[in-house]
Amino acid sequence: MLNYDFKWSILWSDPYGGWILEGVATTVKLGILCCIFAMLLGIIIGTFRITQFKPLRIFAEAYTEFFRDIPLLVQLFFWYFAVPSLLPEGMRTWVYQEIPDFEFWIVVVGLSLYSSSRVAEQIRAGINSISPDQFNAALSTGFSHYQAYRYVIIPLAVRLVLPPLTTEILTIFKNTALAMTVGVLETTFMSQQVEAYTFHGLEATTAACVIYMIITLIVVGVMGWIEKLLAVPGLIIRKGADS
Amino acid sequence: MNFEWQVISNNFFFLMGGLVTTLELALIAIAGGLVLGTLVGMGRLSKLKSIYYPSTLFVNLMRTQPLILVIFWFYFLMPLILGRPIGGFTSAVIAFTVFEASYFAEIIRAGIQSISKGQIDAAYSTGFTYWQAMRYFIIPQALKNMMPSLITQAVVVFQDTSLAYVIGLREFLRSANVVDAREMRSVELYLFVGLVYFIVCFSMSRVCKKLELKKENA
Repeated sequence: MLNYDFKWSILWSDPYGGWILEGVATTVKLGILCCIFAMLLGIIIGTFRITQFKPLRIFAEAYTEFFRDIPLLVQLFFWYFAVPSLLPEGMRTWVYQEIPDFEFWIVVVGLSLYSSSRVAEQIRAGINSISPDQFNAALSTGFSHYQAYRYVIIPLAVRLVLPPLTTEILTIFKNTALAMTVGVLETTFMSQQVEAYTFHGLEATTAACVIYMIITLIVVGVMGWIEKLLAVPGLIIRKGADS
Repeated sequence: MNFEWQVISNNFFFLMGGLVTTLELALIAIAGGLVLGTLVGMGRLSKLKSIYYPSTLFVNLMRTQPLILVIFWFYFLMPLILGRPIGGFTSAVIAFTVFEASYFAEIIRAGIQSISKGQIDAAYSTGFTYWQAMRYFIIPQALKNMMPSLITQAVVVFQDTSLAYVIGLREFLRSANVVDAREMRSVELYLFVGLVYFIVCFSMSRVCKKLELKKENA
């Protein structure tokens, strides 16, 4: 058992260390872009789900079910292989060859759409968990509808959804690893490339594991800091949120 | 562009073979993950520090990792531990079981915590040991309370098995990929794969919603 020659130095020798660092840069870039788009889309779809206007509500529900019930990898393959093949011959070659970082942007689209459906669920749950009494109380103190939303509901909702959104952001960063399947040179891809060149897969994969752990810790730290920044003294907002 | 749906019927048995592998993988991973997850979930509530810390570390460590990386990791590690090469399927089963166990563990832990302390005291006072109380009182109730979450997680496992693609395992997605490489009919194939996944997952989530409603009304 374990007669394996560990060679950790592979990780900081040229060019393998550089590859992994490049991969980390791509992972971070991909993760941040997807987070931004997923949040924007998720907030829109999430508000659609609680509007009084029925067509919008049905659209948003179909949207969430659709993206949630198909594995992300299948969705990525669909965007990467199937959608370009719907284009005419000449355009298809142009898409694959001429668009810089085509794989990268395909993953941005695929992952953002997928994650937005999950973010939308969290937004909906957050707003729904605010009791209507809050809204009525605001109205009875003479607030207009707009003011009630602006000064009571939205500030409460933002603080309520922050913890579940942290989880979603972490999921997005973890899901960026799937980008390797369509050939984006991110951390997981690079670690497997080091494996292919050196046959030291265990070291390279372990290094990638540590990198994802560090990314997770940083995200948790930043989100914790934001939560603290927004916290209202004496207001227990998380009551019942974590049960 | 014209669609040629015959590509599905021509390769139907090949694709279904992939789906069977996917289902096998999912069922073993769910069963294994549930058993291991129950043990780890109990460990997370243990008063013994030597049990509490390792299980907490395990859960938190696993939850920071992308599944794809865990699959690779076991793919490289298992042959070293066993001293001989193991197939893609076995290493995928091990990776999924271990990874999903950390998610099941948190659900089971919440389930155990949802049961009132009086129940446990009652079990102890009738002379049950810890394991008997867990086996006959706590775990059955915890599982029942957590049924909706467990089903949701089972659906997630089913979807996650598509990641076994990366180690070349011929599951549903990989078999569609293989057919696609030969026939160049990406749209039809991936639409079909997506549809099958959608039907399974959507019907499971309906079941889940029904269970939740029943629980609320009870």
